[in-house]
Amino acid sequence: MLPHLHSSMSPLAAYLVIGLGSALGGVARYGCGVLAAALWPVAFPWMTIVINILGSFVIGMFATLAGPDGRLLVGTLWRQFVMVGLCGGYTTFSSFSLETFVLLRAGRPLAAGANVVLSLVLCLAAVWLGHRAARRLNQ
Amino acid sequence: MEWAWVIIGSALGGMARYGVSGGVARRIGETFPWGTLTVNVVGSFVIGLFAAPVAPGGALGGERMVGAFVMTGLCGGYTTFSSFSLQTLNLARDGEWPRALANIVASIVLCLLAVWAGSALGALIPGG
Repeated sequence: MLPHLHSSMSPLAAYLVIGLGSALGGVARYGCGVLAAALWPVAFPWMTIVINILGSFVIGMFATLAGPDGRLLVGTLWRQFVMVGLCGGYTTFSSFSLETFVLLRAGRPLAAGANVVLSLVLCLAAVWLGHRAARRLNQ
Repeated sequence: MEWAWVIIGSALGGMARYGVSGGVARRIGETFPWGTLTVNVVGSFVIGLFAAPVAPGGALGGERMVGAFVMTGLCGGYTTFSSFSLQTLNLARDGEWPRALANIVASIVLCLLAVWAGSALGALIPGG
């Protein structure tokens, strides 16, 4: 049910690939933030939503592509690199929480509510779509 | 040079997330994504804690490297929305709809409470 990511090799290898993936994901997230500020600097965390959607889509797709019935025959370390590392480092719940809180504090409850609803609906739709796309590819 | 601190922080945050969420899952069991919930709540608390001090006028005001390292890096790497999404999806696919809904509600409510608590604590830090 939950993705089992037990490393078949040393635990150290898992930490290393996850550290690497998370580093890459993090800097990509940072870059997206810089881009967003340059592109459309509005007082709404739309880029965090985009980032979380992308990461959710990718993890949904990869989990099924590289899963038990998947077409992608990769080892545990690859799964850890992509899912725990890249997607985990790229997406963020902390920024989402802080940005929602800032909107509430600024007396903008509707914007805060929109951030929550959009993030949830779009990210859950994205992970599901990623899963469905992978199922297609697996056939 | 902020990006360098983001890289380091995010790497550390991600590794810590793996360790903690795995440890929690082994302890409590994997019928519910307690591990992801734990890291997201803790990460939300920490980002709330640092938000005011790191902002201009705060105790650490102007220290953008600290914000890059702790908030964008550590907290960003430590927390995850993708695992939350996937685990919610898997619960739903397994027919565990109450748990899927509980994961959503608990994550949102507890993380918002955490960021609020963190910022309340951060407001007690003198300076700036």
